Amino acid sequence: MKILTANRLSDGIAVWYVDGGWAETVDHADLAHDKAAEDRLEALGAQAYAANEVVDVNLIDADVVNGVVEPVRLREKIRAAGPTIRSDLGKQAAKQAPWAA
Amino acid sequence: MYRYDEFDHDFVQARVAEFSDQVQRRLAGEITEDQFRPLRLMNGVYLQLHAYMLRIAVPYGTLNGKQLRMLGHIARKYDKGYGHFTTRQNIQFNWPALSDIPAILADLASVEMHAIQTSGNCIRNVTADHFAGAAADEVADPRPYAEILRQWSSVHPEFSFLPRKFKIAVTGAERDRAAIQTHDIGLHLKKNAAGELGFAVYIGGGQGRTPMVARKIRDFLPEADLLSYCTAILRVYNLYGRRDNKYKARIKILVHETGVEEITRQVEAEWQDLKDAELKLPEADIRAIEAYFAPPALTERPEGDQAVKLARLDSKGFSEWLDQNVVTHRHPDYAAVTISLKGIGEVPGDASGSQMEAVADIAERYAFDELRVSHEQNLILPHVARADLKAVHDALVGIGLATANSNLISDIIACPGLDYCALATARSIPIAQEISRRFASLERQREIGELKLKISGCINACGHHHVGHIGILGVEKKGSELYQVTLGGSADENTSVGEIIGRGFSSEEITDAIEQIVETYLGLRLDPQEKFIDAYRRVGPAPFKEALYAGEAKAA
Repeated sequence: MKILTANRLSDGIAVWYVDGGWAETVDHADLAHDKAAEDRLEALGAQAYAANEVVDVNLIDADVVNGVVEPVRLREKIRAAGPTIRSDLGKQAAKQAPWAA
Repeated sequence: MYRYDEFDHDFVQARVAEFSDQVQRRLAGEITEDQFRPLRLMNGVYLQLHAYMLRIAVPYGTLNGKQLRMLGHIARKYDKGYGHFTTRQNIQFNWPALSDIPAILADLASVEMHAIQTSGNCIRNVTADHFAGAAADEVADPRPYAEILRQWSSVHPEFSFLPRKFKIAVTGAERDRAAIQTHDIGLHLKKNAAGELGFAVYIGGGQGRTPMVARKIRDFLPEADLLSYCTAILRVYNLYGRRDNKYKARIKILVHETGVEEITRQVEAEWQDLKDAELKLPEADIRAIEAYFAPPALTERPEGDQAVKLARLDSKGFSEWLDQNVVTHRHPDYAAVTISLKGIGEVPGDASGSQMEAVADIAERYAFDELRVSHEQNLILPHVARADLKAVHDALVGIGLATANSNLISDIIACPGLDYCALATARSIPIAQEISRRFASLERQREIGELKLKISGCINACGHHHVGHIGILGVEKKGSELYQVTLGGSADENTSVGEIIGRGFSSEEITDAIEQIVETYLGLRLDPQEKFIDAYRRVGPAPFKEALYAGEAKAA
C-alpha cells in the first residue's frame, strides 16, 4: 500500500494526503491499494506541488497497524513521529498525554 | 575580532532584502520550487525530514557574546529552543518556518551574521584552528587569512558555480587542529628560514564516499600570494573538475585522476599569469585585516597559579575539568577553555537557547567577549585568566556544560543522521548517546585516554567517520540500520583514513563492539601513554578483528 506525503511550503512541516487535503499526522492518510489509486494520489500530489501548497512530494510504502496508517521505512516512520532522540519534538510531542511530560 | 565595514553591512543588508523578496514571491506562488530551490540553498535554507533547516555561517568559528546571544534568541523565538553546532564551525536550526526566515536573517544581520554560502557549489565557510590567537604553539593567528579568503570568496563571480562545493581550512600551528588535510584546500601558516610568513598548501583532501588525504603541492607560499595561488587552484578545478557525475566532482577526484605532479604543474602555470597582477596582497592590507584580530589586552594575572592550586584542592570536579578541558595559552597567566557540548547521553553539538545566552554572559564577563565554535562541535573560550577559571567552571556547572571529557571517548562528533537529515541512511545521535552512556565514568574515560570517535549517518561523512580513531558509518541494509566500523583514521598533522574492520553491526550490537575494541586496545597498549591511534598504527587491524570476529569464524 502507498500513501502520499510532502512538506508544506510555508513552514516545511511534514504532511500526508488525507481525504482531499493535507494533514499533519499520518494516522488517517489515504491509502492506495492498486496502481490506479497510486496514479490518482500522484496526480493530486503533482497538482498540490504546482499550486505551491507543498514541496518534496513522494509516494511511500505504508501499512495499517492497529487501525492507523504507519509508514514502512524507518526514514518515513521518523518523519511521521519526530526525532527519536527528542520525544518532545515533532508529531509525537502532540500525541503525548499531558501527564506524561 | 573582525568588524563589518560599510561594504560588509551594505552587502549583507542587500542580501537580506533580496532573499526576503524571493521568499515572499515564493510564498505568493510567483516563483516555482525549481526556481526557488537554488536561491534558498545559496542562503543556507535546506529542506530536511521534519521541516526546513537554516545553516548560519560562523566565519572561522569566531563569534562574540552578542552574536551567541542572538543565536539563543533565534532558537527560542523562531525555532524549538535549541541549535546544533556543526563540524563546519557553523550552527543549524532544525525547525524554522520559511515565512520566518526573512526576520531571522534581519536579526542575524543586526549582529553581523548571515547564512550566505553555507550551501551550494561555492566556496563555503573557511574554517580555522579553534584555538587561533590563543594557542601557545602557533606562529601567527590564521584567522586574518581566513577573513581575507572570506572577503575574496563571497559571491565571487567566477567561483559561485563550481563543479561541487569547496572547503578551505587554515591552521597556524604545526599541530593541526583544523583538519586541513581533509579539505579541498588546506593551508598551514608557517615561517620560512628568513622569518617570513607563508603557507604550506595542500589540495584534494576530502571525505564523503571517496575519502582522500590532501596532497602538499607547495611547501612555502608567501602570504602576499595567497589569493593569486588559491585563484589558480580554483581555476584549474573549475575548468577540469568533472561536472558529469556529482560523486566525482570534488577536486580530490581531479587531483587523483590527473596526478598530483601534473595538477601542480597546471596550478603553477596558471599562477604565473596571476601572481604579479592585482591579486597580490599589499602588505598594508594584510596588516590592516590582522589588526581586526589583535589579541585582547591581556593584563598580568599572576595570582592565577595560587588560585588554581587552591581550587583544585577544594573541588575534584574542577580539578578534572582543568586537566581535561583547559589548555595552555601563549600567555602564562591565561588558558583556553573547551566548553563540552557532549554531556553524557546528550546530543553532540546541541545547545539550548538559554545555554547559549549563559555562555555569552560568561564570555563577556571572563573571556574578553570572544568565543569559538570548534569543528569537534564544542564551544571554546580562547582567553580566560587562570585566576578566573574556577568562576568559569562554576558558571558552566550551573548550566550543565562542565563535562570534563574533551578529547575523550565521549567527546563524539556525530552528524544529525536520520533523526533530522533527508540524506541520512541511519541514525547517528542515538548511537553517540549510547556509547557516551556506556563510557560515562570519567575515570574509565581518562584511563582510556585520547580517543576520537566520529559517527556519520550516511556515506557523505558529515560526522567525519573516516578520520575518527574509531569511525562509525551508519547505512541502511535490508530495511535496517547497520553500522560499519573503521579504525585508524586521524584528522591531525598525520592525517589518515580509517580502514573498515569487518562486517557491520546492528544498532543493538554496535556499543558492545566499540567496547570490545577499546578493551582490546587497553590490553595491548605498551603503557598508558600509548594512545589508541598510536597503538593501532603499531599493531594494525589484526588483534581488533580477532577480538570482534574470531568467535564467528570458529562457529562457522
